[in-house]
Amino acid sequence: MAKVAKSPWLLHYDGSSCNGCDIEVLACLTPVYDVERFGVINTGNPKHADILLITGGINSQNKPVVEQLYSQMPSPKVVVAVGICACNGGVFKECYNILGGVDKVLPVDIYVPGCAARPNAIIDGVVKAVALLEEKRAKMDSEGGNNK
Amino acid sequence: MSTRTIVPFGPQHPVLPEPIHLDLVLEDEKVVDAVPKIGYIHRGLEKLVEKRDFNDYVYVIERTCGICSFMHGMGYVEAVERIFDAEIPDRAKYLRTIWAEMSRIHSHLLWLGLLADGFGFEALFYQCWRMRERVLDMFEESTGGRVIFSVNKIGGVLKDMPADMLARFVNNFNEMEKELRELTNVFLTDFSVETRLRGVGILTRDEAIDLGAAGPMMRASDIAIDTRKLGYAAYEDIDFDIITSKDCDSYARCEVRIGEIFQSIDIIRQAVSKIPDTEISIQIKGNPNGEAFARMEQPRGEAIYYVRGNGTKFLERARVRTPTFTNLTPMLKTLKGADLADVPLLVLTIDPCISCTER
Ligand code: SF4
Repeated sequence: MAKVAKSPWLLHYDGSSCNGCDIEVLACLTPVYDVERFGVINTGNPKHADILLITGGINSQNKPVVEQLYSQMPSPKVVVAVGICACNGGVFKECYNILGGVDKVLPVDIYVPGCAARPNAIIDGVVKAVALLEEKRAKMDSEGGNNK
Repeated sequence: MSTRTIVPFGPQHPVLPEPIHLDLVLEDEKVVDAVPKIGYIHRGLEKLVEKRDFNDYVYVIERTCGICSFMHGMGYVEAVERIFDAEIPDRAKYLRTIWAEMSRIHSHLLWLGLLADGFGFEALFYQCWRMRERVLDMFEESTGGRVIFSVNKIGGVLKDMPADMLARFVNNFNEMEKELRELTNVFLTDFSVETRLRGVGILTRDEAIDLGAAGPMMRASDIAIDTRKLGYAAYEDIDFDIITSKDCDSYARCEVRIGEIFQSIDIIRQAVSKIPDTEISIQIKGNPNGEAFARMEQPRGEAIYYVRGNGTKFLERARVRTPTFTNLTPMLKTLKGADLADVPLLVLTIDPCISCTER
């Protein structure tokens, strides 16, 4: 990510996480780790967001919520699954209420492993997401962008 | 009479750190009723006890909640140890106390930060979380993990803290204490902060009893109950007073939690000065047969753990009653009559941990 054209905004949703990954995501935004230096801002509004960060696995209650958030985000968009729960269900994989990782319902672009995922790893994932976002944008432009 | 409107709030909402849904019934800007809907992060981890043996289950129960992960592990192992009637080494008890109090400091700082964010004081939020990182650094140094560090085992703890490390930690906390005084004074004395907290979200003493409030929420309504006084881990040997407040409002809740941060630092100091030099764990043989309870004072209030074994390596039942669950009804009480703009703040004042609540 030598040059980033725009500041990517980030939307965080807590799927069915244990909170461990959530507080690490929040920790990324605070002074010690500070993702804002990459121009990343945390927003609560899906229509402002470029990157969807999901922690925790998918269950029948939050499935429609996650799908809705994703569909409200403008293209191009990148989905980052944070923590092993979001990657494949993790510790809770065999729980009766867990359908599995986020990729059961959304196309996940980047998987950040760890339980809890460390802020360093999350930042790495976000930085990769920023690069991927640029790629997707370039691809969209070459295909005629949103006007097609 | 003005017309009533129902405003859905959550599960995904800019100010909500965790998914909970409330249907707010409004008359103009006043909330007249609030109907909660939970279950967005229900996983069903209590049932997993049938698939993981009782030793491995420690790692599952620790993931009930990432904020008080250590305490969940501690509650569960204490309950299982009670089935075995096992007396764990004293050093393990002290180490558990120290880690538990460190968890409380980190949790309360996290909450203070979120509260500051809730009333729009971004700089204060950052400062609280900056201080919190120093506690996490100590977790990392002593256990290897930042938020979930799995050091409990049935029969003791897995890691020891050498004397020089403990001394250094006490030093760190002494240094932090000065900075924390400055930081928390902003919460207690700043004019704008006070206008947001004073007199907002009143929960009277009787209401707190009737509705079953727990933890700082209850102590802020002038009820002096603290499960630590029951003397689990090493708390029997520790001298501390229960912190309460008479104000019954959001300010009081803030005050109580701030008091508890300094109290925890003091408990850590006492524990480090008294820690005996023994083994850190004992071997426990056989499978649990019978049932037991354990009660813990978590940062958010009293949590109860129940386990029942049938002589096999799989427990029959493990149950957690978490403080946020009991605090939801008092929260709904405080919401009634509040301004819509105060709702996020009031939801925050119970220090909600939805992951615990829904498990
Ligand atoms: S990956 Fe681990 S820390 Fe993260 S939400 Fe899942 S259980 Fe919690």
